[in-house]
Amino acid sequence: MKIYQNLTIRQKQIVWAWAFLALPVLFYTVIRFYPTANAILISFQNWNLLGDRTWAGLENYQKLFADPVFWHVFRNTFVYLLLGTPVSLVVSFIIAYHLDKTRFMHGFLRMLYFLPFMTSAVAMAWVWRWFYQPVPIGLFNNFLAAAGIPQVSFLNSTTNALPSVLAPAIWAGLGFQVIIFMAGLRAIPKSYYEAAKIDGVSWWTVLWEITLPLLKPTIVFIVVFSSIGFLRIFDHVFNMTTGNPGGPLNSTKPLVLMIYETAFSSFDMGYAAAQTVVLFAVLLFVSLVQLRIMRDK
Amino acid sequence: MISNKLKAMSLAAVTSSAALFASSAQAVEIEYWQYFFDARVTAMEQLIENFEAANPDITVTMTHFPYADYRTKVAAAIPAGEGPDVVQLFYGWLNDYVAADLIQPLPADTFSTAMVDEEFFPMVQAMKDGDNYWALPTAVRSLALFYNERLLEEAGVEPPTTLDEMVAAARAMTKKDGAGNITQVGMTAGMTAQDHHWWREVLVRQMGGEPYLDNYKTVNYNTEAGQKALDFYVNMAEGDDPITAFGFMDEPQAAFKAGRAGMHIDGSFRIGSLNKTRGLKWGVTELPATSDGTRSNYSSYWVNAITTKAEGEKYDAAVKFMEYVTSDEAMQIWLDVVGELPAKPSVGMTEANANDDTFGPFIRGLAYANTTKFANESGQRQLMVEMVERITLEGMSAADSLAIAAEAEQKLLDDYYASN
Repeated sequence: MKIYQNLTIRQKQIVWAWAFLALPVLFYTVIRFYPTANAILISFQNWNLLGDRTWAGLENYQKLFADPVFWHVFRNTFVYLLLGTPVSLVVSFIIAYHLDKTRFMHGFLRMLYFLPFMTSAVAMAWVWRWFYQPVPIGLFNNFLAAAGIPQVSFLNSTTNALPSVLAPAIWAGLGFQVIIFMAGLRAIPKSYYEAAKIDGVSWWTVLWEITLPLLKPTIVFIVVFSSIGFLRIFDHVFNMTTGNPGGPLNSTKPLVLMIYETAFSSFDMGYAAAQTVVLFAVLLFVSLVQLRIMRDK
Repeated sequence: MISNKLKAMSLAAVTSSAALFASSAQAVEIEYWQYFFDARVTAMEQLIENFEAANPDITVTMTHFPYADYRTKVAAAIPAGEGPDVVQLFYGWLNDYVAADLIQPLPADTFSTAMVDEEFFPMVQAMKDGDNYWALPTAVRSLALFYNERLLEEAGVEPPTTLDEMVAAARAMTKKDGAGNITQVGMTAGMTAQDHHWWREVLVRQMGGEPYLDNYKTVNYNTEAGQKALDFYVNMAEGDDPITAFGFMDEPQAAFKAGRAGMHIDGSFRIGSLNKTRGLKWGVTELPATSDGTRSNYSSYWVNAITTKAEGEKYDAAVKFMEYVTSDEAMQIWLDVVGELPAKPSVGMTEANANDDTFGPFIRGLAYANTTKFANESGQRQLMVEMVERITLEGMSAADSLAIAAEAEQKLLDDYYASN
C-alpha cells in the first residue's frame, strides 16, 4: 500500500488504467494470441490429434505449394473476393441510394432488405440448395421446365456452381451494407446538395462529385469488411455442398473449407495449420493494401 | 457427464467401504467410453447391468460424448491416465489408435486368433495383427438393396437378384416428363452416399477384380475389371435411356424416402429412419449377384478395445468385460435394441435372424462381405466422387479418370503409411 501512496497522480492513473485493461488483455492473450502462436507452431509440426507432435520443418509448406488442390482452392477464394465484393458493393449502393429517396413504405422496405442478414446462414443455404436442384424438386428448374426451357445445372457443374453459391451469400450480406450506406448518405450535409441545385448541376455530377467522394469512409469500411467476409466464406459453401464438400471437382471449395477438412476429417493438423497461416497472411495483406489504397491523401 | 461422475464417485465410495468390511470381495471399477447415440447407450446400459450381475466384484461406468468431440477427448484423456479402460472406436481408426499407443492388444489366451477367426464373420480379421487381435466388434453393418414395393408393383417387376434384373427393373420404374427430364429414378446413384463402397468392394470384385492388394496398401482397381465396374456404374446415368441421375433430389436416400426412386443401396443403419417414414412401403433384398452368381458386400463396424491405461486388476476386469460384450447374448441384445447386425454367425445365422425379412438380407450378406481398410475414409470417398465427376461433367474417358483416381488414392495411402 505504501508504494501506491508514494505514486504521483499520473502514475496512479496509469496503474488504474492497467487494472481495468488487465481483463481484456488477459482475454486476448488466452483466447487470441496463444492459439494464434500455437497454430503457427503446429504448422511446422506433424500431428494427427492422437499421437505426439513431431517436428516437420517446412514440410507442410512444401506440400502446400506443391498441392494442385491448394492452388485451385486459392483461386476459388479470390474469385469469391473479386466477384463478391464489387457486386455486393454496387448492388447495395444502388439499393441504398434509391431507398434513401423513397418515402413510401420506407421502413418496411428497409426491413425486407435487412431480413436476410438476420436469417441463419445454415437455413438460408439449405433453402437455396433446394431451389437449385434439378426437376422434380428444384424451384428454378421447375420454372424452366414448365416454360419448355432446358434445365440448368446450378450446383452440379464445375462452372455454374461457384456463382450459384456466391449469389445467396451476397444476398445475405446485402442488408447490412445497405444500412451502412444509408447512414453514410444521411451524414452528407444537405448544404452541398442545395449549392449544387442553385448552380444547376446535373444529377450525374452530383453523384460523381459530391455523393461518392463524401461516402469514401463508408466505402472503405464496406470494402474491407466484405473482403474479409468473402475471403473467409465457409457456411454457405459447406451447407450447400455437404455430401460433396466444396462442390464438384473442388469447384466451389474456399480455403477455410479446405482447412476444416484437412483438420477434422483427415486429422492432419500440421498441414491444416500451414493453410491457416497462409490464410492469415492473405487476409492481413489484402486488408493492409486496401487501407493504403483507399486512405485519404 | 456430471451425473455420471457423481454416480461413479458414489459407487466408488460404496464399493470401497464395502471392501473394508468384506476383504474377500475385491471390487474393481472400470470405465467404458462410447459416443452418444440413444439406442447404443440404452443397449450398453443393459449389457453393463447383465455383466455386473454376473460379476458382482466389477463395476462398469459408462461415459458418452457427442460424436464430434469423441476423438479429441479420447486422445487427451488416455495419455493423462484419466480415460476409459475399454473404449469404442470405428474400425477405420485402429491404425491411428495403435500408432498413438492408446490401445493394447487383446490377450492371446482369451481371444486367440484361431478362435476369433473361426467364430466371427471373416471381415473382422481386419482387426488382426500377427498373433493378436487389437479389437473386436459387438455388431456390424452391411449393405443391401432397398426397394419401393408400390413402384415395383406398379411397374410389374419382381425384386431383382442379379445385376441384369436390377437394370431391367430400374428401367421399368424410371419416369420422364415430356421434355425428357427424369422425374422418377429406377435406382438411386451417388458416390457421396454408400455407392463408393458398392463400387469398390462389390462391383469391382463382381467384374473379376480385386480392388486392393497388400492388405489395402496397394490400389489395384485400374484394371480391366475396374474399367468394367466403372462403365457399368456410370452407364446407369449416361446414355440415351438412363435409369438414374446423379444428384437426383439432392441425396439418394431422400429420393428413396420420398417414393421417387424404385431401388436404393444403403446400409443396415438406414432401417430405423425408413421405418419412421410415413406412407413408404419398402422391402429389402441382398445386393444383386452377377449372372454367374458372384456376390460381394461391404461391411463396416465399431469395435471395442482395451486401452493402455488398464493395468493389473483393471486389465483383468476389462478382459472379462470384453468377453461379455463379444458374447452371443450381447450380440442378440444389440440386434434387438439397436438394430445392428451380430458379428458372429452363431448369432446372425440362426433360423430366426437369417430369415428375418428386414435383417436377413444384411446378415446373409455378411458371409461374403469385405471390409476396406481405409487410411482416410472421407478422403478416399472424395476420390471416387471425383472419378465419376470427371466423366460426367468434363467428358473425360472412363479409362483416364480411373487411372487418375487410382494414382491419387495410391499417393494418399503411401503418405498415410509413411507417417504411421
